Amino acid sequence: MRVEFEHLQAAHCENGVTTNLLKGVGANKLTEPLAFGIGSGLFFIYLPFLKINNGPAIAFRTQPGLIFKRTCKALGIPIVRKKFNSREEAQKVLDECLQSGKPVGCQVGVYYLTYFPKEYRFHFNAHNIIVFGKEGDRYLISDPVMETATSLSSYELERVRFAKGFLAPKGQLYYPKESKIVTDEQMRNGIRSGIKRNVRDMLYIPGSFAGVSGIRYTAKKIKKWKTKLGQHDAGLYLAQLVRMQEEIGTGGGGFRYIYGAFLQQAYQYHPVDTLPECSKLFTSAGDLWRSAAVQAAGIYKGRIGEQKDYDQMAEYLFEAADIEKKAFKALAKIKWKI
Amino acid sequence: MKKKDIPQDDGALNKITREICYAVDESGNYTTALSTGWEVKARALDIAWEDIKERIEQARLKVLNKEASPLLFFLEWRLMDIGILSQYTGLWKWQIKRHLRPSVFDKLPEKILKRYAEAFNITLEELKTMQVNEG
Repeated sequence: MRVEFEHLQAAHCENGVTTNLLKGVGANKLTEPLAFGIGSGLFFIYLPFLKINNGPAIAFRTQPGLIFKRTCKALGIPIVRKKFNSREEAQKVLDECLQSGKPVGCQVGVYYLTYFPKEYRFHFNAHNIIVFGKEGDRYLISDPVMETATSLSSYELERVRFAKGFLAPKGQLYYPKESKIVTDEQMRNGIRSGIKRNVRDMLYIPGSFAGVSGIRYTAKKIKKWKTKLGQHDAGLYLAQLVRMQEEIGTGGGGFRYIYGAFLQQAYQYHPVDTLPECSKLFTSAGDLWRSAAVQAAGIYKGRIGEQKDYDQMAEYLFEAADIEKKAFKALAKIKWKI
Repeated sequence: MKKKDIPQDDGALNKITREICYAVDESGNYTTALSTGWEVKARALDIAWEDIKERIEQARLKVLNKEASPLLFFLEWRLMDIGILSQYTGLWKWQIKRHLRPSVFDKLPEKILKRYAEAFNITLEELKTMQVNEG
């Protein structure tokens, strides 16, 4: 059994699942950057009291699940979302959805995700895939970060749906409740409210750990890592930062480039010159994040490692923070006509 | 980033897929292209794994010196922390902390050991001997 569904690759799993599920129910013009922008996906947060894999906890995107939720809401598509206590029930509901012809989004952990290479399998529980069919004991899987569709046995799927730990998926599945033709006006409104919400999250979130001020906070921390942690652990911290920034699901250039692409596409709906101008700013912010990653790599490879090298890394982040601040201030000033 | 600058290095992920990257073309328009990997990222992942291997080795020595029970070894080997193990086994964190002491672990009933073996996806024999080959 195979439901009607087209696998499309994305740079980030939740963008991809959102785009691929909604394209099937009426949001024909939705693209990955539009889903990311309407869902206000761009973010930054450094959680100073939390450690992940013995390193710093840093995220470059909004909380898992929100991109899908916000995009569906903005486009007026009702969603169904379910968590389960019982594994049997979780499988039964999934099978029923497939039988009624619906592709289904599932939150999974990657530790036991058998088609991933071992090097990528950490206890990370906020990965998203789409199940779009079942043949014998194998479920057909569309993992948005993969070039082609794949499959998992029912045991393998159950194990990743019931992975444990931080953000445990608890068998969570979600899908659009019904098809609705999404109008251009809904797209326009979604883009506008998505940008406004992102301005708020990046500029006006309280505290110093998040948004643009969070980037500056992180830069200041990095300057102290060499003396505070010592060469070896500082290298580990930097490697972790780079993995959080550039790892699978953020696609090389990271979320700043996707946001740049979003603003260009948004211009098709709102002919305001600020949008392409800010797109350029996000491209240069993305470039600075990459320069920072190259600098960090120099340190963890042991090629460089003096205090001035840490300072230079912090400098890239300060610059990126300034550019992002400038861009969001400009976006905040847009006089929306429609 | 310009499209022509998208790195095409090797990486662990390249065994199964290439990744989509967003970048600008010559006229400044955003487009996507596939990347086989980026050396900067690949090295970061290597560093993380070198650290994990080091931790596993240290845990193994601690167990052999009777400073910790085999649970410590398997925690590191499965990249878990006590919180994750507690969720997989249904045991309290304070219980697991106690079971990390060799003297307590040695007296654990089979029933509890089985829960640990299941959580680590290994056999009882492997749990007691730390002899594991599977990755």
